[in-house]
Amino acid sequence: MLNFVDTVGEAVAGIKDGSTVMIGGFGNAGQPFELIDALMDCGATGLTVVNNNAGQGDQGLALLIKEGRVKKMICSFPRQSDSWHFDAKFRAGEIELELVPQGNLAERIRAAGAGIGGFFTPTGYGTMLAEGKETRILDGRGQVFETPIHADVALIKAFTADGKGNLVYRKTARNFGPIMAAAAKHTIVQVSGIVPTGGLDPEIIVTPGIYVNSIVKVA
Amino acid sequence: MSVQSNDQTASPAGIRTSEKPLGRDDLARLVARDIKPGSFVNLGIGQPTLVSNYLEPEQDITLHTENGMLGMGPEATGDQIDGDLINAGKIPVTELPGASYFHHADSFAIMRGGHLDICVLGAFQVSATGDLANWHTGAPDAIPAVGGAMDLATGAKDVFVMMTLLTREGISKLVETCSYPLTGIGCVTRVYTDRAVFLTGPDGVEVRETFGCTLEELQDMVPVPLRAASAAGS
Repeated sequence: MLNFVDTVGEAVAGIKDGSTVMIGGFGNAGQPFELIDALMDCGATGLTVVNNNAGQGDQGLALLIKEGRVKKMICSFPRQSDSWHFDAKFRAGEIELELVPQGNLAERIRAAGAGIGGFFTPTGYGTMLAEGKETRILDGRGQVFETPIHADVALIKAFTADGKGNLVYRKTARNFGPIMAAAAKHTIVQVSGIVPTGGLDPEIIVTPGIYVNSIVKVA
Repeated sequence: MSVQSNDQTASPAGIRTSEKPLGRDDLARLVARDIKPGSFVNLGIGQPTLVSNYLEPEQDITLHTENGMLGMGPEATGDQIDGDLINAGKIPVTELPGASYFHHADSFAIMRGGHLDICVLGAFQVSATGDLANWHTGAPDAIPAVGGAMDLATGAKDVFVMMTLLTREGISKLVETCSYPLTGIGCVTRVYTDRAVFLTGPDGVEVRETFGCTLEELQDMVPVPLRAASAAGS
């Protein structure tokens, strides 16, 4: 069921405490700042957040972490020069971290959206990030079993939506948007523009509307 | 200073191709020259990024950035800066004619599926058999962050490492066995350092050329057995 809503507050209103929330973006590109701010305002807590990073500076995901609303981060690259809020919480033992190689993170999200129960990959074989995981030698290479990452909600940013919820993105801001849209039970999208049904060429659509539940236009 | 090309026959006597150790830019120039025309290449964050400054248009190299683009151009300046167009180091970049964008799973499939010809990475340590350690010092208070390093190390057809041969304390980063946590096993094929170019593989380490030292002097710095590379396959 697709809904077009007027405000980011309405868009995130149903997010419950303890939810697993995927948040799109790589660095600031594709990060849905307005939706994250609304998630902050709506009060949901005890969240597990899936994102490539663990927040930058004093905005978006970093503030959600600072306010203690994130119980666990699943990400590939938490440590950055300006990830001070995550660093402080982590050193204080107040946030759990599941560190995942970036390609495994992307593929585990993709697998969830595609109904795949898991997969073997050479990435991480023989390293500390494979400790405790099932391994096999396949095609002569050591490989590690990785499981899908599902989510209750995805918050993503796209460039334009049409009346059917089909999405197109802009440049490298696409990053995790299409795979998170498919992996979450409920996908909320902030867009820069909405065009009528038929207003996007079907040949260029990146995310078909079947994956999308709520759309909100932000200025 | 002159940096010789890779395809030159390197006899043991003529293995020293520079009178001095190479600086970062000379090393980047050497790596750039060694990349075969038409290659698809990923340059890691830091020193490897310098390689892009020395790629010639006639080499027709296509650069991949793991956040979702092929055909990445130089760093953006002034009006070119667009927050939606960044590289893996989150630096604003430009797109070249023929560029393409794709989502993260596709971008890592390009890497993990063996489609990239070369990736160039920095390293803390490389072992004699090509094990790579470049993501984590293992220090108890360090916050680990891996990013795409493990995918690049295991996915690209060739993995080139660029690093200084010695730490600030004068200890070789080319080692028998890595003491830092591993990024990948047996994945590194070449190591470009300020003192020499090493070819690594299951049979140990060959030296293609040295800079500012003889093979014997190099051997004194490095705790793994070295031999001069045969001209073929270097």
